[in-house]
Amino acid sequence: MDSAWLIPAFPFAGFVLNGLWGRRLSRKQVGMVACGAMALAFATALGLFWLLLRHSPDQRVWEPVYYTWMAVGDFSVNASFLLDPLTMVMVLVVTGVGFLIHIYSTGYMHDDPGYARYFAYLNLFACAMLILVLAGNLLVLFVGWEGVGLCSYLLIGFWYEKQSASDAGKKAFIVNRIGDFGFLLAIFLTFWTFGTLDFREIFHAALLRFQPGDGVVTAITLLLFVGAVGKSAQLPLYVWLPDAMEGPTPVSALIHAATMVTAGVYMVARCSVLYALAPLSMGVVAAVGCATAVFAATIGLVQNDIKRVLAYSTVSQLGYMFLGCGVGAYVAGIFHLMTHAFFKALLFLGAGSVIHALGGEQDIRRMGGLRRQLPVTFWTFLAASLAISGIVPFAGFFSKDEILFETLVTGHGVLYVLALGGAALTAFYMFRLVFRTFLGESHVDPESAHHVHEAPLSMAVPLMVLAVLSLVGGWVQVPMLENGKRLGRFLAPVFEDAEGLLTEGTAHGSHASLWTEGVFMALSVVVALAGIGLAYRWYVADPTRPERVAARFSRAYRWLLNKYYVDELYQAVVVELLKRLAETVHEWVDRAAIDAVVDGAGAFFRHAGTHLRRIQTGLVQHYALSILAGACLLILAALAV
Amino acid sequence: MVPLHGYLVVSALLFVIGVTGVLVRRNAIVILMCIELMLNAANLSFVAFSRELQNLSGQIFVFFVMVVAAAEVTVGLAIIVTLYRNWKTIHVDEIRMLKG
Amino acid sequence: MELFLFVIFSLLTVGSAAAVVWHPHPVKSALFLILSFFSMGGLYLLLQAEFIALMQVLVYAGAVMVLFLFVIMLLNLKPRGEDRTAFKVRIRWAGPLALLFVGGVLTAMTGALARVAPAGAQGPEWVVAQGGNIRALGRLLFTRGLLPFEVTSILLLVAVVGVMVLAKKERR
Repeated sequence: MDSAWLIPAFPFAGFVLNGLWGRRLSRKQVGMVACGAMALAFATALGLFWLLLRHSPDQRVWEPVYYTWMAVGDFSVNASFLLDPLTMVMVLVVTGVGFLIHIYSTGYMHDDPGYARYFAYLNLFACAMLILVLAGNLLVLFVGWEGVGLCSYLLIGFWYEKQSASDAGKKAFIVNRIGDFGFLLAIFLTFWTFGTLDFREIFHAALLRFQPGDGVVTAITLLLFVGAVGKSAQLPLYVWLPDAMEGPTPVSALIHAATMVTAGVYMVARCSVLYALAPLSMGVVAAVGCATAVFAATIGLVQNDIKRVLAYSTVSQLGYMFLGCGVGAYVAGIFHLMTHAFFKALLFLGAGSVIHALGGEQDIRRMGGLRRQLPVTFWTFLAASLAISGIVPFAGFFSKDEILFETLVTGHGVLYVLALGGAALTAFYMFRLVFRTFLGESHVDPESAHHVHEAPLSMAVPLMVLAVLSLVGGWVQVPMLENGKRLGRFLAPVFEDAEGLLTEGTAHGSHASLWTEGVFMALSVVVALAGIGLAYRWYVADPTRPERVAARFSRAYRWLLNKYYVDELYQAVVVELLKRLAETVHEWVDRAAIDAVVDGAGAFFRHAGTHLRRIQTGLVQHYALSILAGACLLILAALAV
Repeated sequence: MVPLHGYLVVSALLFVIGVTGVLVRRNAIVILMCIELMLNAANLSFVAFSRELQNLSGQIFVFFVMVVAAAEVTVGLAIIVTLYRNWKTIHVDEIRMLKG
Repeated sequence: MELFLFVIFSLLTVGSAAAVVWHPHPVKSALFLILSFFSMGGLYLLLQAEFIALMQVLVYAGAVMVLFLFVIMLLNLKPRGEDRTAFKVRIRWAGPLALLFVGGVLTAMTGALARVAPAGAQGPEWVVAQGGNIRALGRLLFTRGLLPFEVTSILLLVAVVGVMVLAKKERR
């Protein structure tokens, strides 16, 4: 188990190789190094997974401690990892999906001048993300947390000569900083309360010392959630994610869909014990998650940029994951995280394939009818869309339905209705995308129409693998069957304590009947199908209809199109206010006080210098005279004493 | 026997003349000569004390001072020659590049 | 007799030293310095430091002063007609200042001078027993003073190399 360090070490080695010598290596070598590093990491992860399965469920926790990172008085932090089923799931997703996206990138980025830099960043990102999920204490987790934030900044602004890209990078960095501030406060508060940052020690102490509803734990969990909101793009800090689409498309797939943004969900699930002790925080998590899910879905309805629609759908799906965690269905949340990683990576890679084929075009109004020219992309994209919409038997169905059902049985009726409505919206906007891109008449620019080509093999293969995963990925957790919930059983030891706390004292810990479950599953599917049907009627059967609807509800349409003017609001309230403050401080503190002192010091010495320099005459005899005078003074002083 | 103080007074006078010369003369060679005068004043004191204290170490010291002085004079004169080569003068009031 | 010789030599030493400073012509300054060094050698003889007296004449009045004269001749320096009034003004405040310094040192030393007593074992009788001043000094120099003596050879070597580097004409 001590070999767990190898998992992040491989990508790091790839980063060092490509970062330092990438310019001298050929493109093929760079790709081999990057993909090879990820393949080795994935293989190591599989090996560890196999070892983990050979232990009995209650012994599937390893905590390799590598060295004492820092020890200051009572405060000591180890560089330690924590390997349990939850970590294992995350590591497999990160390395597996990451590996596929690396392969895809070799095709997608083939003509980019910053090829080696791109793969160096990508490997560094994988390293940071793996440190994050493997971390055995909050500080190591924070290292990974900041690492992915940095890589996100670097990769969003990868085409830094483009103004919008570098702006988007900065935006992501700054918005994340707000969340990180909360996270950091949470770390301080945790240490102050428990005297340790080690996960297992914290949870152990928390179970012993605190009753549910305790104020300190509530504060810690809320602050942790602030961090999660920033990293996982929830209301109100989601604004960076849609802009992050300025980066290369595989980056969007890897970072802004499959892995990094799930860090918040992972962290909440990791701290499930603390959240279970703070019902208020759970409520906040669930409410924010649900609100985000619906809010982002409504914006996604009208966006015209293919990647932007997917970005809002990511925000929305992350909301579902938080909803799951918030209602205590951690397994469902992690399950959705996993399936989402598959189909959202696939969606982004498919979108990348379309953009690649059209020579950089991202506006769906200038697409259409691409089914025949891009068959592989179409079928895989369709599979992913069915998965995200929640159609049996695709992966998204099982995970999303589990979240919805758990929301209902834990007694959150309102949230259930909202989330169900969100699911309908999801189905609608996803198929709007599918129909406008692949079906109907072609609106492709005639210039580029005859350049349209199917993706090369290096891009097509990952698409197909992910399509298969989007189909079968949900079968590890099938409801209503005997022995169906394999993932749940695998993860059970991790969430045992939290679930014990949550079901304690509540009567409805028992299961709803199979019949009820079946009814609500059918309802989910019906809602999703309704969304797809509506999309078909609007965008295929009667293509003029959307415009008429938009004209009729023009005000609502404009609000949605402009994303509820949230960016403008932040600009007006937060940015302008801070700017004003900075200007005031600049005027009065910097200019009037500090500059005066500094300039004054400079002026003093300059004036002193202009006068004193006359002492240095350049005549040696003057210096000799000064020596003699000094000696006389010393003698006189000696005589006087 | 002439007392110690006699020699010390001569030594002191030589030293005063040396210092004055260093301060008032502008010719670098003469300044170097004046430095030699000061060294000799010190030597005289050494020898006088050596006799007074009946200890030959003072004379050995004078021997070393002479060696150092010889070395110093050769280097000093070489510097003066180089100075003259570059400036065509050895008057120290005309060589004053290092001024503020 | 001894007191008479002391006065003669002292006057010669101090007088010619003053002439060194006073005389505007460097060659004459150098000649006066030789005279001063010769008479100082006489003072050393009066102090029964025969070896030092010999060195004074050979090294100082001989070698060193030849070097001085050689350089003066080499540079062919003429009295530049240094501004004598300025010179006299300078001497008017530099002289008293130097006197003040040396006077101060002597005054500070008066206490110590009063306590000076012939405590050493190397009095005239011992020197005679050693076979004379030069023999006694030589013995001391090559026993107790051996290391410093050898080190001075390094110093001289450095001086030789330094002078050669300085005096060499730059190659252009």
